[in-house]
Amino acid sequence: MEHPFAITLAVGTSLINHTGSWRTLRPEYVHRLPPCNHACPAGEDIQGWLAQAESGDYEAAWRALTENNPLPAIMGRVCYHPCESACNRAVLDSAVGINSVERFLGDLAIKNGWRFNAPPAASGKKVLIVGAGPSGLSAAYHLARLGHAVTIVEAGPAPGGMMRFGIPKYRLPRDVLDAEVKRIEDLAVTIKYDAKVANIGEAMTDGGFDAAFLAVGAHIAKRAYIPAGEAAKVLDAVQVLRSMEGEDKPLLGRRVIVYGGGNTALDVARTAKRLGAEEAVIVYRRTRDKMPAHDFEVEEAIEEGVMMKWLSTIKNVEAGSITVERMALDETGFPQPTGEFETLQADSVVLALGQDVDLSLLEGVPGLEVKDGVVQVGPNMMTGVAGIFAGGDMVPSERTVTVAVGHGKKAARHIDAWLRGEIYAPAPKHEIASADKLNTWYYGEAPKTLRPILELARRTSTFEEVVKGLDESNALYEARRCLSCGNCFECDNCYGVCPDNAVIKLGPGNGFQFNLDYCKGCGICAQECPCGSIQMIPEAL
Amino acid sequence: MTPPVATLTPEETVQKLKYYQKGTFTVGNRLVAEAERTVQASQDRSNALTCGHRACQGCGEALGARYAIDAAMRATNNNLIAVNATGCLEVFTTPYPETSWQLPWLHSLFGNAAAVATGVAAAMRVKKRPEVRVIAQGGDGGTTDIGFQCLSGMFERNDDVLYICYDNEGYMNTGVQRSSATPPTARTATTPALGPEPGNVFGTGKSVPKIAVAHNIPYVATATVADLHDLERKVIKAMSIHGARYIQINVPCPLGWGSASHDTIRLARLAVECGLYPIFEAEHGKVTQVRKIRRKVPVQDYLKLQRRFAHLFKGGIEDPRIARLQAMCDANIAEYGLVDTTGKDG
Amino acid sequence: MLKQIEGSHAMAEAIALCRPEVICAYPITPQTHIVEGLGELVKDGSLVDCEYINVESEFAALSVAIGASAAGARAYTATASQGLLFMAEAVYNASGLGLPIVMTLGNRAIGAPINIWNDHSDAMSMRDAGWLQLFAETNQEAVDLHIQAFKLAEELSMPVMVCVDGFILTHAMERIDIPTQEQVDAYLPPYDPVQVLDPAEPASIGAMVGPEAFTEVRFLAHYKQTLALKLIPEFSDEFRKAFGRESGGLLRTYRADDADMLVVAMGSVCGTIKDTIDEMRDDGIRIGLVVIVSFRPFPVDALRNALAGTKDVVVVEKSIAVGMGGQLANNVDVALRNLPRAPRLHSSVAGLGGRAITRASLHRLFRQASVQPWEGTNFLDLNERVVGREIHRTRKTRRSGPTAENILRQLAKSVPPAAE
Repeated sequence: MEHPFAITLAVGTSLINHTGSWRTLRPEYVHRLPPCNHACPAGEDIQGWLAQAESGDYEAAWRALTENNPLPAIMGRVCYHPCESACNRAVLDSAVGINSVERFLGDLAIKNGWRFNAPPAASGKKVLIVGAGPSGLSAAYHLARLGHAVTIVEAGPAPGGMMRFGIPKYRLPRDVLDAEVKRIEDLAVTIKYDAKVANIGEAMTDGGFDAAFLAVGAHIAKRAYIPAGEAAKVLDAVQVLRSMEGEDKPLLGRRVIVYGGGNTALDVARTAKRLGAEEAVIVYRRTRDKMPAHDFEVEEAIEEGVMMKWLSTIKNVEAGSITVERMALDETGFPQPTGEFETLQADSVVLALGQDVDLSLLEGVPGLEVKDGVVQVGPNMMTGVAGIFAGGDMVPSERTVTVAVGHGKKAARHIDAWLRGEIYAPAPKHEIASADKLNTWYYGEAPKTLRPILELARRTSTFEEVVKGLDESNALYEARRCLSCGNCFECDNCYGVCPDNAVIKLGPGNGFQFNLDYCKGCGICAQECPCGSIQMIPEAL
Repeated sequence: MTPPVATLTPEETVQKLKYYQKGTFTVGNRLVAEAERTVQASQDRSNALTCGHRACQGCGEALGARYAIDAAMRATNNNLIAVNATGCLEVFTTPYPETSWQLPWLHSLFGNAAAVATGVAAAMRVKKRPEVRVIAQGGDGGTTDIGFQCLSGMFERNDDVLYICYDNEGYMNTGVQRSSATPPTARTATTPALGPEPGNVFGTGKSVPKIAVAHNIPYVATATVADLHDLERKVIKAMSIHGARYIQINVPCPLGWGSASHDTIRLARLAVECGLYPIFEAEHGKVTQVRKIRRKVPVQDYLKLQRRFAHLFKGGIEDPRIARLQAMCDANIAEYGLVDTTGKDG
Repeated sequence: MLKQIEGSHAMAEAIALCRPEVICAYPITPQTHIVEGLGELVKDGSLVDCEYINVESEFAALSVAIGASAAGARAYTATASQGLLFMAEAVYNASGLGLPIVMTLGNRAIGAPINIWNDHSDAMSMRDAGWLQLFAETNQEAVDLHIQAFKLAEELSMPVMVCVDGFILTHAMERIDIPTQEQVDAYLPPYDPVQVLDPAEPASIGAMVGPEAFTEVRFLAHYKQTLALKLIPEFSDEFRKAFGRESGGLLRTYRADDADMLVVAMGSVCGTIKDTIDEMRDDGIRIGLVVIVSFRPFPVDALRNALAGTKDVVVVEKSIAVGMGGQLANNVDVALRNLPRAPRLHSSVAGLGGRAITRASLHRLFRQASVQPWEGTNFLDLNERVVGREIHRTRKTRRSGPTAENILRQLAKSVPPAAE
């Protein structure tokens, strides 16, 4: 067809006009650190595995998750999910139920028998791990995956540490625990039970280990001096909860007093109810809001009939009763004795006042620094002794299972580098994807899914799991609530909103590219990117 | 973090996977079937208006035009001809020797796009090519003012033309002069912010969508670049209908409105969410559907981002005419039922 | 086939034979009968494959034609006077885009004051717009020119205005030969556009052209009209062969070979002029006529050749460029320039607003041209008493008032002008 001169123009002729020369600002795709990832003590790429879960590829999601944390089914039950506290979705409605989805994936993996991939060729190095708690198991998992020969030496008769001997069954069923531990063992990790290490130096030499990771936890109950009569029954929480794992359950009587305000105290009280106690009373010297225990656990406990005696300290214990003194908070929030006393009936008193570390295995090892009852370690998790690393409750720590798991991973990486004569330097972190960087308009309204909870009557009579998991459709829904903060999820917005058609779509999974020949730098893409993964930077003029 | 304490029934815990939460309102969504995504999300979209054009940075009209024409191209299987009135869209897309249109396109005059399109449609009928459809398009100046006669004639004859008006509320190409689509109080070059009533005056202006509805034509709709899904749905729906159709798309103009180039879609969104620009559809003289406001905002949120309204906030004091603008919003909300009292997601 | 038929209806039938595909109709006296006629032919099924559109103004009419033509359909419309001005923007647009639209102009005076009768001011207003302008002398020629117009337009990619005197031709009942469909089909092939709106081959038509190329575009349009100077006689020749009669062409002469005085005119007045010439020839005066058919392109060379040997040229035209004089005279002057012995040019304006041009007046005019030539523009049959009084009045009172109203008042009082 003829094109009369100048009147009529052929298709494509505008492409010669490179409007990119107009720019003073240029868009760039950036990666920002999602706040959930940033908050996770185990260093999980939460956003990453949620993204896999969203497309229904649960196995891929599970594998992505277990890249960092081998215990999702456990985490999904006992982790206090700081990720959810940090989740930007709270700005819209409520945080994504990350914990629920983690549990779903963990449970699915157990149900489907998914196994970890076989580790690579052996490095020839041997690592000793002391303690088969979460920290030791995590370190073992990562070290085995790096090709090292791992042996765990565990003082107790079964693996799990606090997971088995501290957290009650109604929070963490033992079959779940066993399944996840077994999977780690299947990576050719040897666990020896009833084998307490008396001296770490000797243990290393005897076994020909190239490095060691100490994760013995804190299993010694702290004691307070409380005058007690001869027949008074005073136990400690560690003792009580440990004995729940054995054949003989502890006999606590009809009225049980639990002294302390932490999660352990609640665990004991709720266990007592399940054992048939008519009354389980928490005695705590301050108020509810000052309790170290997590609030939801307090709620659950109260629902189950656990009673709370705030602002009270135990003065003395007799057979069948205790005397408490009422406290009052002063202006600084500290409890002060009031001089008023009260007698409470009690068949037993369980002290839940915190735990100390059994440091006996460290005797005779020069160079190890102990402070405030815990072993000091450097940022590489190594103690003062080269080749001896430590983590979990026995080092300065927030003392949660997740933190312990995180320590194990971190230590494993440093151990691996140290064994090769290198230093492990983690990659620098991106800027955090804070809520102000998002354009939340684009996310649909989707309130959080509630996890079903066991009916009250059954809760107090059995050790059946109280909080149930989500079924698949709910887990999928929950995963899809993730905003993908700071990382492109291929929503096509930039590709769609550019008035100059200057964004090239590279195809599913390949993201996008700015066509800088034509991009005028208007900034609409950055503004309309829901997850804040586009940044405008000044052009060099 | 307080988890729920109430015990729930199985029905309550199972929530229907109705939403694709992470991208319900986005252009695309990798979790959604291709057919349900927008046309713009597709790598195969026509790009009927492609790169290299001379629109300002952040031009809402360039965006609206590509949105609308690509949707129409999809709906007609690329059997589409566009007739363009004189104005920004025509000027920035076809300065000799460059054109950024990739479909057959004709520019005649300022006020006759609707009539020229009628002629093209007649030609297609007579040539027995009913599959080839025709769109006439222009800015508000070329539609509500100088093009009004031809527009009304096309409506009255029920010619098989879809007329798309890109409404940026002024004659932008000639330097931001007032049109009958310019909102009250807005500053333009011919309604300067001077004197006792700075900016455009109240008591003037016309709603061409309402006038279109009064012509009883088969389909009338307003749309916005801030809601791509809705816009595409309307264009595609319009292309399934034969006869006179009118779609008016609100397109912010950073230059004319005195707004930041990156705020184009944000402003379009605010215009809808405050109620100043009602989004609705009508068929044969009756309103059939409205787009509810999702998160209502006061009109100030919209006005503050544009220097053409800056004189209403001079010295940190709010001009009382802002209340009149708010009243306009409220009247629209009442008239069209734009706020859903049940608070459901739109 | 010979028919006793109103001019408009004959034109309608001829246009219908040209197989127009889109017809836009807007009424304005005196063309309305043409589009009405076409409408009937479409409605009763005689004219098939034709879209007949009732538009809301002349601006819309030509705009619809523009769209239709650009999309590959043979498009037609008709207008006059005020309507032509109302579509003025589109007139320039159609030629600028190179669209082969054919439009009938039922020549009518332009207001104010509003006047529905015939003169050529409307055609003159668009003489620079880039259209071909062909003037029909008779209704037969009007019929024939439409057929030739489609062929010319489509060959050149240029719109064509066929000018027919309002009422005088449009509303006259005459014996006219209407060709057959076969004859027209043989002469006029289907429209094969040079450029067209087609989804299969997209292009952008109607770009904005700046200083760097605009001159060239105009040059090319001007050049195309020079091509028309060859094409018009060629197609007229073909027409003669196909239909058996002379029609169209750039110009023709009447008893001009030995003329000492040549009259130059366009349109139906040529009939009256021929009668006058016959009478004067009987009196021994060597006078002849050049009938200009193609006003645009203006046939400078052909006219120069026709006028070269004469002593006096009298231009009789039905329009005036207020403030300058007769447009036709002005254009004729271009042809006389550079002639070694250029004849004297006498410009007269007649028939404005439909005033009858009589043989008696023409006799007087032609004699006056040789005996007592005038300067500038001669207004034939001007009522000098009325204008004299009006001029005198305005000088005295210096009051602004509508000239027309005053003249009418004077006319009512005064003795009517000499009538023959």
